[in-house]
Amino acid sequence: MNRSAILDEAARLRAELDDDFRDGIVESLYTEASRITSTTLSRRESPARTTWDKLLDRALTHRVWGFVVMGALLFGVFWFTIAGAAAPSGLLSTLLVEHGHGWLTRLVAPLHVPEWLTGLLVDGVYLSTAWVVAVMLPPMAIFFPLFTILEDFGYLPRVAFNLDRLFARSGAHGKQALSMMMGYGCNAAGVTSTRIIDSRRERLIAIITNNFSICNGRWPVLILMGTVFLGKLVPPAFAGVVAAGSVVTVAFLGVLVTLLVSWGLSKTVLRGETSVYSLELPPYRPPRIWRTLYTSLIDRTLKVLRRAVTMAAPAGAAIWLISNVTIAEASLAGHLAALLAPLGWLMGLNGLILLAYVVAIPANEIIVPTILMLTLTLGPDLLGADSGVLLELGTAETRTVLVQAGGWTLLTAVNLMLFSLLHNPCGTTILTIWHETRSLKWTTVATLLPVGLGIVVTSLTAAVARSAGWV
Amino acid sequence: MSTTLDRLHRGQTATVTALELEGAERRRLMDMGLLVGTTVSVDRVSPLGDPTAYRVRDGLLVLRRGQAHLVHVDLPEGDPT
Amino acid sequence: MTAADSSSNTSPACGDCVLNNASNLRKLGVDPAGHDIVTAVAGNPNTGKSTVFNALTGLRRHVGNWSGKTVDRAEGSFEYRRRRYKLVDLPGTYSLLSTSHDEDIARDFLLFGRPDVTVVVVDATRLERNLNLVLQILQITDRVVCALNLVDEAERNGLTVDSRHLTRELGVPVVPMTARRGTGMTELLEAVEQVTSGAITTRGKRVQHRDNRVEQAVSRLAERIEGKFPGVVNTRWIALRLLEGDPSVERAVADGTLGELSTAAVIAASSDGNTT
Repeated sequence: MNRSAILDEAARLRAELDDDFRDGIVESLYTEASRITSTTLSRRESPARTTWDKLLDRALTHRVWGFVVMGALLFGVFWFTIAGAAAPSGLLSTLLVEHGHGWLTRLVAPLHVPEWLTGLLVDGVYLSTAWVVAVMLPPMAIFFPLFTILEDFGYLPRVAFNLDRLFARSGAHGKQALSMMMGYGCNAAGVTSTRIIDSRRERLIAIITNNFSICNGRWPVLILMGTVFLGKLVPPAFAGVVAAGSVVTVAFLGVLVTLLVSWGLSKTVLRGETSVYSLELPPYRPPRIWRTLYTSLIDRTLKVLRRAVTMAAPAGAAIWLISNVTIAEASLAGHLAALLAPLGWLMGLNGLILLAYVVAIPANEIIVPTILMLTLTLGPDLLGADSGVLLELGTAETRTVLVQAGGWTLLTAVNLMLFSLLHNPCGTTILTIWHETRSLKWTTVATLLPVGLGIVVTSLTAAVARSAGWV
Repeated sequence: MSTTLDRLHRGQTATVTALELEGAERRRLMDMGLLVGTTVSVDRVSPLGDPTAYRVRDGLLVLRRGQAHLVHVDLPEGDPT
Repeated sequence: MTAADSSSNTSPACGDCVLNNASNLRKLGVDPAGHDIVTAVAGNPNTGKSTVFNALTGLRRHVGNWSGKTVDRAEGSFEYRRRRYKLVDLPGTYSLLSTSHDEDIARDFLLFGRPDVTVVVVDATRLERNLNLVLQILQITDRVVCALNLVDEAERNGLTVDSRHLTRELGVPVVPMTARRGTGMTELLEAVEQVTSGAITTRGKRVQHRDNRVEQAVSRLAERIEGKFPGVVNTRWIALRLLEGDPSVERAVADGTLGELSTAAVIAASSDGNTT
């Protein structure tokens, strides 16, 4: 009897069985499991621990306190991240960006290396890598361990339980609330965390919409625009509140867009995909805080460093090259910005901003310094900036540069905030989406859908603002 | 008394008599221990009203109302619904 | 009774140790170079599987189910009694029967990777649901050690598990432990060592199907498989998968790779036994 005869035999035997013979198989397994359990397990009365679990669950899934605690914890995580990261980020920035860059420049000076090479490596590759490490490492090393502690404790499934109904209406899974929260730290991590959703349709929805959670690398753009432009609309006493409010509004808009796009996807392209809802609430367990902090810190540091080398370094090289390679009296950056200018105008932005978004696809963290550098080197250089060298300025200087050299208006600032929310995911995230879906189709959708939305939305706001005569 | 899982109130316990769920969803929930003959009790309802967590074989299994409606159960007589 | 025919699997020599299975393991993405013994770690989600994994390897890696789930399969290694072990952490699953990506990974590794031993981490507080998975794994392989984790939590919940009785029921060693405190780790290592060295002969519980017609179909098909692929140990399980139309098992039958799973083929391939 040959091999395929076995398959034929299997098919024949299968046809003889009832349709629900599979149920019988699971039932046999559970019957056996149940029999063994009853002969192996003895139960005492009055379990103390379960009472504690019940009490916790009563509080954490309460219709008032459940949400209060959730809000407080979420706020706490963000607050710890922002407050805790400020000092180490500043330190790293001083060490790596200010001193490190100068030190490296002096180190290679006596070696008589061709100028283009030091420019490419020291100004381009090194500086952007150092920048990404300084901006990214501290918040990532704080944000993710905090979630891991909440996970170990068993709290995260309760969040999915509490919020499931909101997501169910959009055809999504409550666990998406968690992949979204991860997304606020890093979209690549957010996309990976969608593995907790084992239903294919809901998981694809979560992957495609994760980009609408504004990651750590994108917050600086929002905060800068909020402070430099929106905060300036009101008296100084209210500037901080307005600036913060505008940032929160954009983040909230992200949640709204997530739910809308999730709904749209489940009703259109993902309509036929299989959907199996399942969720389990595990018992609460005391988290091992120090162990978690330690492992997470090592884990995150390695990840950030790897990403900085593989993503930010090439981006830095590209930025330096386009700024310094000159064709027909103008740098490559100048030509590209001119090429992108019409689309930039349509979107209420400009060619430089779009160019910065193209070269910073690998690492969104360097958007702000890239925009500042391009604005100064391609426009009237007010501060004597070097081509291809990323730079950071104080709030007042930034405003002067952007308004006077760049010709920015309130519309530019608002649309940049919107575009910061609605544009393609960064290189790492796109790669992660590919790894997770192994599908060119879904990777393309996840990449182009947000940027398409961004172009439409910013063009609309620009058209409205212009026809109303606001700008 | 015969009813469906979504009609049970908090604290009530019933025995599964039939699963109307199909395909992958049926397999998944059976794998998680929800079978005909399994005892199920309502543990708690989500603060937004849906889904509901059920105690099944020492674990807490969460089902949405639509799923729970397809799980037929037998409620012991005298237990008011 | 066909249920107990675990026949030739439990050869005391480490005949089907890693070296003979190297190409198969490489296909599954595990490089066994420099290791004597491949150990798989399986279990339900939230059983402390990663704690056991970390405790064994000394790795400080977080492999959570919710936020930190970073890789499909974590790997590590450790040495015990001068033998080197390669440890492969399989995704946490409730079952190996239905069709989720994680379950496919775990199932394929247990079947085609032929680990020398599989440690199944069991949550003592939710024994029944966990035994469902243990019983399924025992249909695939006899070389199993059951790590009965979280016994302290079970104790607090008023639950006592008779692990000796459980050992008799399952036919494989059951080691009670509290992985997060490190208690029971030595006993676990000892059991793993004994199973892989052949000091203990395991004979995993085979589940009889209550439906007679299923039972008959399984037995009949298992006989045919046995005839075509002599020495394949888990014919009943493979028969069951074929009845259910599992595509990856159908493929293994069609292209003959199933034959590589037979102990006969493995023993023939082992020129010098790396016996211990």
